[in-house]
Amino acid sequence: MIKSKSAKVGDWCFIIVCVLVSLICVVPMLNLLARSLSSTDALIKHEVYLWPKGLNLEAYATVLGDMKYIRAFFWTVFLTLVCTVVSLTMTTLCAYPLIFENLKGRSVINIFITITMFFNAGTIPNYLLMKSLNLLNNPLVLIIPSCLSVYNMIIMRSFFYGIPDSLRESAEIDGASFFRILISIYLPLSKPVFATLALFYAVGRWNGYSDALMYINKDIFYPLQLFLYNILNNINSVEVATQEGFSSPGLTESLKAAIVMFSTVPILCIYPWLQKYFIHGVTMGAVKE
Amino acid sequence: MKESKKKAPAAGKKQDFGVYMKRYWQLYVLLALPLLYLLIFKYVPMIYIQIAFKKYSIVQSVWEMPLAANNGFEYFIKAFNNRDFLNALRNTLVLNLLDLVIGFPVPIIFALILNELVFKNFKRVVQTIAYMPHFLSWVIIYGLALQIFAPSTGFINMILGSFGIESIPFLNESSHWVGTYIFLGIWQSFGWNSIVYLAAIAGINSELYEAASVDGAGRFKKMWHITLPGIKSTIVVLLVMSLGNILGSGFDRPFALQNNLVMDVAEVLSTFVYKNGIKGLQFSLTTAVGFFQSIVCVIFLLLANWISRKLGERGIW
Repeated sequence: MIKSKSAKVGDWCFIIVCVLVSLICVVPMLNLLARSLSSTDALIKHEVYLWPKGLNLEAYATVLGDMKYIRAFFWTVFLTLVCTVVSLTMTTLCAYPLIFENLKGRSVINIFITITMFFNAGTIPNYLLMKSLNLLNNPLVLIIPSCLSVYNMIIMRSFFYGIPDSLRESAEIDGASFFRILISIYLPLSKPVFATLALFYAVGRWNGYSDALMYINKDIFYPLQLFLYNILNNINSVEVATQEGFSSPGLTESLKAAIVMFSTVPILCIYPWLQKYFIHGVTMGAVKE
Repeated sequence: MKESKKKAPAAGKKQDFGVYMKRYWQLYVLLALPLLYLLIFKYVPMIYIQIAFKKYSIVQSVWEMPLAANNGFEYFIKAFNNRDFLNALRNTLVLNLLDLVIGFPVPIIFALILNELVFKNFKRVVQTIAYMPHFLSWVIIYGLALQIFAPSTGFINMILGSFGIESIPFLNESSHWVGTYIFLGIWQSFGWNSIVYLAAIAGINSELYEAASVDGAGRFKKMWHITLPGIKSTIVVLLVMSLGNILGSGFDRPFALQNNLVMDVAEVLSTFVYKNGIKGLQFSLTTAVGFFQSIVCVIFLLLANWISRKLGERGIW
């Protein structure tokens, strides 16, 4: 179709709007990156916009040389991996049986599950529960209480529904048990939904800090985000800078920038590759049966 | 199991059940762990809601604690006479309403714009970039905001400064803080929330557009008369959900962004409960606040859903 001139102008207007929107998304990150790489001098003189001035890797060297930071980083990597595996397992265990329409008690179970989506007992009851389960100050509190998201379960269930029943039925005729059908038919066909939910769970754990804030007092168990929060708010942590003998505000600034950068990069490297999967996942979550 | 108690007439059924279980027990085994999890972590805490109506004591079990004064409503009355609580309640409402009024249309508009893009690769790149903020934690966004919005040393204020405009205290002054809070909320979520609308737009029958073009409808006419009606039901569902959450408050966003200078507008219910409950140990009062919040959320959700169904929409169930 041949477009009229005004339609072409319109196309370009939309493109310009999109470029501006993208800039708004990216500029804060670029600014941060530039700051993390700039010299103290340039920062104090307010010369750093989007390009580093007086290239300086000291901030990164300091971060990498700081054991506390490195420990928090790897502890969070470990937590994230464990959480993702545990949560995916739990989600599968919950979603798979519910696709069988003959399952007795299925509607009761569905109601039992759905209620938890709409009614939450509240922060303090949850806190008291953790206390009575002896989970306070226990690293398990960062894994177990968040190991199943009903929302994600619904996404997985919709995906399972999309797998043709005929596959399952022919396996049933061949005498395969339900375990067997799960392992040899459903799991191999469900890579997209596993990729999506793995991303959701991993991001949730990587970015979460409120559970640690509420349930954990020992800073060796602090996940990266809480560690970062304390640094940004100068809660007993400026040591990172002063320890090394730097106390100028400029370096602290670039140091903070470097730490924020470090804590973001892992996820920013992963999500673009999973885009086509998670778009599908989000869409399925919104269109509930 | 229950059926073992049944008398002779049920024998046939019992046998059926045996056959059924022989095949289906595996599914119940699979379900056991998730259901146990939900029971312990979602239902058992409901037992502790009682302490909203009781005098909390650390030595007694929840069941043994004495009922609070005023038929147990002592702490609800106390909450509604507590200036900090009323303040947090107001802030929660105001911030959520602003989020709704300003933030709700943004992803819709963004999806409409993306849908108009002619270069598909460009569209993909814009989408990837727009989804990025969703993957940042609120602590990191706070870190970014500190750098971008800092008075005099921040990126924005440096630019303003170079034009001779006085620096704006985006994070340290109440009215500006509210704007920054709302902006950052939109910034973080608009791209992500547009995914659902884009999917809804993709589901619209393309013949409608062709027919409209034949009739001479322009771009905006098509948006208004085809695209928007086509995604109306999606919009309503998401609107119902956000109305249902009008008194809800996430914890991560307000807690990460607030600071002592702006507490009069930044303290919301979730952070109030954290500070007075977990830090301040006023368990009964804060449980009452949390319970009030949960109940209001459920009521609002039911109400919004009811209204949307009255208006002939699908609602969320």
